Amino acid sequence: MKLQQSTLLGLYAVLELAKAEGGQLSAADIADKFNVSINHLAKVLRILVKARLLQASRGVGGGYRFTGNAKRITLMDVIELFEPVSIEGFEDRELPQATDVEAGLAVALFEISEMMQATLQSITVRTMLKMMEKGG
Amino acid sequence: MHLASIPCVVRVLPEIMNQIHSQKVQPEILIRNAVEMDLAAIMTFDARSNKDANPRYWQEMFARYGNDKSKQLFLVCETREEIAGFIIGEVRDWEFGSHPCGWVFALGVRPDVRLDGIATQLYAAMCEFFKQAGVTTVRTMLARQDIDSLSFFRSQGMMAGPYVQLEKDL
Repeated sequence: MKLQQSTLLGLYAVLELAKAEGGQLSAADIADKFNVSINHLAKVLRILVKARLLQASRGVGGGYRFTGNAKRITLMDVIELFEPVSIEGFEDRELPQATDVEAGLAVALFEISEMMQATLQSITVRTMLKMMEKGG
Repeated sequence: MHLASIPCVVRVLPEIMNQIHSQKVQPEILIRNAVEMDLAAIMTFDARSNKDANPRYWQEMFARYGNDKSKQLFLVCETREEIAGFIIGEVRDWEFGSHPCGWVFALGVRPDVRLDGIATQLYAAMCEFFKQAGVTTVRTMLARQDIDSLSFFRSQGMMAGPYVQLEKDL
């Protein structure tokens, strides 16, 4: 699974801000930490604010803070804001009008897709913070 | 070490629980070995989440895992003198080529006291039992669709292990 750059930035921002426990960070702080483009990050942050995972405050000393429920928001919730989480074309175990090759492949790829989704749906932001505290 | 001699009773005082859940005042909770009389209460809330729950199944579970065995443990959690949850586990040796490890087979919490930390306390007590039995790994198996239970065990630090479960319709 290769996540798009926007998705990765979204995960970085959510986890970094959740780690701050209600504290505020500017887009520049986050961009510096992960060595990413502030312009690209700003677009990602807007999406996270719209999804009500972050709150933005403007002006001097402004920035972003995490406002989601860390015990409920999962990696899947964040990723799905930026891209679909499934193996494209293999969302179902049985493909309509598939050849024998396609049907066989669909079973294998559906299994991978289902395991990936179960993993991403069951890891909350809070669980990630615990893993980070333990050093990954 | 014979584990039947270890008292599996953990009292969790309200002050400690309140540090964990500052939003809610928690009653004192008591974790102890299950006795046969607890089964009726367990069945009432297990039946809501499991259509196959039945008295015979629970009698068999109690016969197998209850009554102070050295490698099996069946614990219940009481709050306000009512059964609030249960956990069942066992130390299993050398299965699937694995070193001895602790297995959690069943964990249930009464719906009205979910998110009160009951499952966390039961899981901690079970892990303590496993540690005293000399094992260093705890395992469980869950349905991929059971996201709530997967999230709970992951929140306790559990991750996918080195084994993959396979099956086939016969």
